[in-house]
Amino acid sequence: MTSLAELTPILPELIVAVGAMALLMLGVFLPETDEQAERIGWLAIGVLVTAGFVLVQNGWAPSRVFDGAFVTDGFAVFMKLLVLGGAGVALILAFDEFRRLGIMRFEYPVLILLSTVGMMVMVSAGDLIALYIGLELQSLALYVVAAYRRDSIKASEAGLKYFVLGALSSGMLLYGASLIYGFTGSVNFQVIANAAKGPEAASNLWLIFGLVFLLVGLAFKISAVPFHMWTPDVYEGSATSVTAFFSAAPKVAAMALLVRVMLDAFPGIGLQWQQIIAFLAVASMLLGAFAAIGQTDIKRMLAYSSIANIGFALIGLAANSEQGTQGVLIYMAIYLVMTLGAFACVLAMRRDDSAVTEISELAGLAQTNLPVAVALMVLMFSMAGIPPLAGFWGKYYVFLAAIEGAQQQPALYILAVVGVLASVVGVVYYLNIVGKMFFAEPAEAFAPVPAKTYAVIMASTIITIAGFLALGPFVDVAAAAAKAFQY
Amino acid sequence: MFDLSETPILSVITFLPLVGVAFIAFLPKDAHRNARWAALFTTVFTFLASLTIWVNFDGSTAAFQFVEEVPWFGPVKYKMGVDGISMLFVILTTFLMPLCILASWESVQTRVKEYMIAFLLLETLMVGVFCALDLFLFYLFFEAGLIPMFLIIGVWGGPRRIYASFKFFIYTLLGSVLMLLAMMAMYWQAGTTDITVLLQTKFPDDMQWWLWLAFFASFAVKMPMWPVHTWLPDAHVEAPTAGSVILAGILLKMGGYGFLRFSLPMFPVASADFATLVFVLSVVAIVYTSLVALAQEDVKKLIAYSSVAHMGFVTMGIFTFTHQGLDGAIFQMLSHGLISAALFLCVGVIYDRMHTREIAAFGGLASRMPIYAACFMVFTMANVGLPGTSGFVGEFLTLLGAFQAKTAVAVVATTGVILSAAYGLYLYRRMIFGELEKQSLRKIMDMNAREIAVIAPLVILVIFFGFYPSPVLDVTAASVKNLVQNYEQAVQAAALATN
Repeated sequence: MTSLAELTPILPELIVAVGAMALLMLGVFLPETDEQAERIGWLAIGVLVTAGFVLVQNGWAPSRVFDGAFVTDGFAVFMKLLVLGGAGVALILAFDEFRRLGIMRFEYPVLILLSTVGMMVMVSAGDLIALYIGLELQSLALYVVAAYRRDSIKASEAGLKYFVLGALSSGMLLYGASLIYGFTGSVNFQVIANAAKGPEAASNLWLIFGLVFLLVGLAFKISAVPFHMWTPDVYEGSATSVTAFFSAAPKVAAMALLVRVMLDAFPGIGLQWQQIIAFLAVASMLLGAFAAIGQTDIKRMLAYSSIANIGFALIGLAANSEQGTQGVLIYMAIYLVMTLGAFACVLAMRRDDSAVTEISELAGLAQTNLPVAVALMVLMFSMAGIPPLAGFWGKYYVFLAAIEGAQQQPALYILAVVGVLASVVGVVYYLNIVGKMFFAEPAEAFAPVPAKTYAVIMASTIITIAGFLALGPFVDVAAAAAKAFQY
Repeated sequence: MFDLSETPILSVITFLPLVGVAFIAFLPKDAHRNARWAALFTTVFTFLASLTIWVNFDGSTAAFQFVEEVPWFGPVKYKMGVDGISMLFVILTTFLMPLCILASWESVQTRVKEYMIAFLLLETLMVGVFCALDLFLFYLFFEAGLIPMFLIIGVWGGPRRIYASFKFFIYTLLGSVLMLLAMMAMYWQAGTTDITVLLQTKFPDDMQWWLWLAFFASFAVKMPMWPVHTWLPDAHVEAPTAGSVILAGILLKMGGYGFLRFSLPMFPVASADFATLVFVLSVVAIVYTSLVALAQEDVKKLIAYSSVAHMGFVTMGIFTFTHQGLDGAIFQMLSHGLISAALFLCVGVIYDRMHTREIAAFGGLASRMPIYAACFMVFTMANVGLPGTSGFVGEFLTLLGAFQAKTAVAVVATTGVILSAAYGLYLYRRMIFGELEKQSLRKIMDMNAREIAVIAPLVILVIFFGFYPSPVLDVTAASVKNLVQNYEQAVQAAALATN
């Protein structure tokens, strides 16, 4: 018998889910105008804020409800706040663009809310069933959102590509989950953890097989190389504010899920999955860095940049330590801020009501619109990992974890060295953007930047520049959140 | 003079330029005049403030002085302090900055506000490098300096500025990221990032090797040492005059400072093991790049290669591990900071008039520009290492040290002195002497009052330190003595352990 009090841990999810339904009903009965759609958008943001507030109120105390299917702890709260924040900011960015494109509809905020519920469930998943439900709820909403500009061929292509490849990866994930269930006899992470340890489990082919398939499915969601193929096309084809959403909240949620599965369900065979994660990290960092250099479209470039960023975050997970989890948390938080800011800058690239996304169009932006040019410069240097900008501290913490882990597992030294070298390669394309804006002769000026976009650009830039002043408390929070797992 | 015990004087010096940045940022877009004056005032004030640490400095101790300490995050602290070595570089930085601003007074006419902001930011970061007493605080200042320099070269530079700025950035970053990993390894080993504690920490011998190599990767590029020096000629040639001054005067010194602050005292055993490698690279730099300089057609490129050669003396001096060698290396860095800065300023003077740096485009300048010719003569002679100039003292001391440590090295390095005379005098003859044949030079004007104001302090200092180097050597004496003692103890202990 479940009492109402037992629902408290999932109250934030309930709020978002019920909010999504209510707004759906409201949207159906309100007249179909841009104003009403925007109003629903703001209400959706209100729902997200409320959920975040309740989330903080609920506190950090770890608890498992529904037979362990749903976990709340510091890690979950931290990641969910990022997810909520990312979704909210992406909604704010959407208003101006969607109005201009004539696709301002109430369905968009509702879809965002639904996928947010999915992401929150992913972050809190305590067994394979919850994992899959969360993942699919998130993904189905995202497939629709990717093709939201239905009159655009590229957007339709993006949606279709995302859907087909996403379905394939879900299939692999399910196959892996079934093998794991076959070996351990349970879907619950804690039961799996008890069964999957010791030399016998480490050498069990079926368990490892299942683990690999599970990882493939998850690697697809975080777009780690070699399962990244969809990312550039989907990023390029979707409306820019949708891309901003894709690159932020879902990445955080999928990364959180990956961390949780590995550390909650498979701590006993760490050496086995660490190799896989380390490979994904190296491949993502290198491919992301090299492939981005040749891009001429800024959205495609940012897609490869996000692949590389995920690679860096995976270094933290590969370290398989408390320090490493802390690194992942810090990295994802900073990545979220930077990527939203960068896409807000892309949204500002607009002439005569049509968006331009060629990098060459940024030429001489420093002379036509200095504040935006400086903001984008700061964000690019931050992603490149130059101190004291925020992006450096993200890299700092994952590398710190790798070097700590390397005292026991020297292979992590190689991972760290490859990582820093890849970050130097990555600098090339970030510098390229800065060079275009500051060194080249000015191209025709962009249209004035809408106030909401401008606010997002400036907020993320200020956090990126001045973040190091508040680093102490932030790092402590992340350290506390990282204690959610046994290492 | 003043009681500084309560004032966080180093933070004041470091962050004073940011006040100027804030002021200039709020000026209207075309307030070029105000931006220049604001930058000049800020840098002059910063220089005056930095003189107070010189006055209050206690030269009898090797301990860090004016120490400030505030917890920052985790184990990392905001900790600042100077000893005899770093204080000199702080003052060199603050001294060169007003000259840079003055030198850009007329030559920079576009985007003046941004230019001044970039220079002031750079000053904060450079002073920070020399004051930082925490590993990661040091790294922060060390790396962040790349951003303003990248912009200075890229925005206000010459025709190939984009190539040069990218090369500068990526080369320097590539070296530094490995140092970052080494710093992290040091943190996990020692449990602290405080440089004063790390200086007392003994790292295991095999670990020292790796750490030394990682730090070497960073400092060798920054220095720059042969064969990773190729970014320097490009950056120098394309950078605006003031940018070259800062590059040659201060940024290069960070490499030498790094060797003195980290490599030598923290990894003494590895330093001893790798000394031969450094000697070889230094000697190659001295001889080879001097020869390369001889063949240059571009004045700035010639000076850039001569910088690489002179930095070779510095690395050679440091790795002799003798009192003379280290004294000489420090003095050479300081003196090269003045001389190369002055040479680039001199090139700037004629570049502003003729807009070319081709040596062949000049000739016979002595008849039209006597004051200029005289100043240029002083700096050329100082660059050659003529006794009576500061250049002589540094080179002589490093050679003295090298003679004790490895005689063969000193012998080969001495040929570098001769070669530097060759390219220096050859350059001077082609540009200044001879008949004034070029039509374009007929109307060239001698230096104006502003230019004389920039160059005169450098002339005076170069000659003053040539005759009376004690003010510098006295300040560093205690720190150098401490450095040599600690090194010898560590190496002896290691030798005992292996026997």
